[in-house]
Amino acid sequence: MILKVENVSIRYITGDFKEIGLKEYFVRKMKREYKVNEFWAVDGISFSLDKGDMLGIVGTNGAGKSTLLKAISGIMVPTKGVVERQGTIAALLELASGFDGDLTVKENAYLRGAMLGYTRSYMDETYDKIIDFAELKEFESRPFKQLSSGMKSRLAFSIASLVEPDILILDEVLSVGDGAFRKKSEQKMKEIIDGGATTILVSHSIEQVRDLCNKVLWMHRGKQIAFGETEEICDRYTDYLEGRLKL
Amino acid sequence: MLNKVVKYRFLFEELVKRDFKKKYKRTVLGMLWSLIAPLLQLGVMVLIFSKLFGRNTDHYIIYVFTGTLLFTYFSDATQGGMRALLMNAGIFSKVDVPKYMFLLSRNVQALINFALSLVIYFVLAILSGINFQWYFILLLYPIVCIMIFNLGVGMVLSAMFVFFRDIEYLYGVFVMLLNYLSVIFYTLDSFSEKAQMMFYMNPVYAYINYFRKIVIKNEIPSLRLHVLCAFYAVVMLAIGCWVYKKYNYKFLYYV
Repeated sequence: MILKVENVSIRYITGDFKEIGLKEYFVRKMKREYKVNEFWAVDGISFSLDKGDMLGIVGTNGAGKSTLLKAISGIMVPTKGVVERQGTIAALLELASGFDGDLTVKENAYLRGAMLGYTRSYMDETYDKIIDFAELKEFESRPFKQLSSGMKSRLAFSIASLVEPDILILDEVLSVGDGAFRKKSEQKMKEIIDGGATTILVSHSIEQVRDLCNKVLWMHRGKQIAFGETEEICDRYTDYLEGRLKL
Repeated sequence: MLNKVVKYRFLFEELVKRDFKKKYKRTVLGMLWSLIAPLLQLGVMVLIFSKLFGRNTDHYIIYVFTGTLLFTYFSDATQGGMRALLMNAGIFSKVDVPKYMFLLSRNVQALINFALSLVIYFVLAILSGINFQWYFILLLYPIVCIMIFNLGVGMVLSAMFVFFRDIEYLYGVFVMLLNYLSVIFYTLDSFSEKAQMMFYMNPVYAYINYFRKIVIKNEIPSLRLHVLCAFYAVVMLAIGCWVYKKYNYKFLYYV
């Protein structure tokens, strides 16, 4: 077993000090009027994956998919439950964010590489490959903010897909760039998956999930509706989407 | 721990580079400006207050410069440090990186600025006929202390800033008040002995005074002042580390 998620729950708190500030917090605390609203974005999810498994996570907007991925990738500590991981993990979440608009494309590439835990020598070696794959050679020394959003995601994808992790997390990243690049990126993803990585894919395309995944997790408003074989769950999910099934 | 340092060294270097480039916008003037602004402030202060305090104070320009030099470093490092975490929320909410990195890199940035000002400080000191002695090397001691102290304050503030956004304004007011309490342009001669000791409750003043003792008075500070400087640094860093350890995993919920 390479990944085990056990009864994981994540709670967000709203209406507390982030909105009101320190002064108001003290005033309300004094008046005993201070209260917060809880919101369980992820509520009691359990599953486990073996080496080479490919899990698809499906669910409507706000189901808690992205939050769950943050817990799995270790960015977030779950409020309850545990995530056990074996081996290295690479998460490709919301690719285009976290870049700096004022830095050049090259500088951003190095910064991102550093964030993903690559070494400088590794970046020196692979930088040309990255920029070629992203087809951004002529934009190399432009400030990042001048790039189109498609170009940004292309760069992000090219850097991130270099890794050969044991667990790979993909959040809607297979829909990056224009048609030609999309083909190329799907090809690249398949290579990584065929290399034996355990992969988790969040997708709104049920065909893609049927195509690629051998297991499916269905989430709805933070709760786990089902986990198991692809065909059965995808059928039920499609029924739900088309209104033949009520939750 | 050592493992982590090696692992994240590349990231740290890249972050420092980024902050540096962003601050100075790759221009010579950008870099110059961050030196000119405090010098102008110094010029105005000397111009106005030398009539009041200058007559009884040796090397009044250096006296004031010592104050602004250290206080500017303190306010730059802590106010910048306060925002360091939140400004990089887009990064650490997507990638699993140690969050104190952002604070460290901002502190290095402030330190570079401080070092540049320090060069000008020494040039002015030479021009004013300051008597340089071997023990000027001791100045490294308060520098290291204030570095650690700033880091500690930055840790507390950056964590609080994630939870309470209005800290920014409150702290701005606090820094302004502390500025007036740091004996930058005036002297303590007219205060009683007891009142003079009270000023040591302000850590920044302790560091400023250490500097002045060596540079202007040409004397090695007392052991007590050494202990005090280290005490503030260590205590502040300990509090900072504690706050980070306690709240570090909660930041994500609030960004």
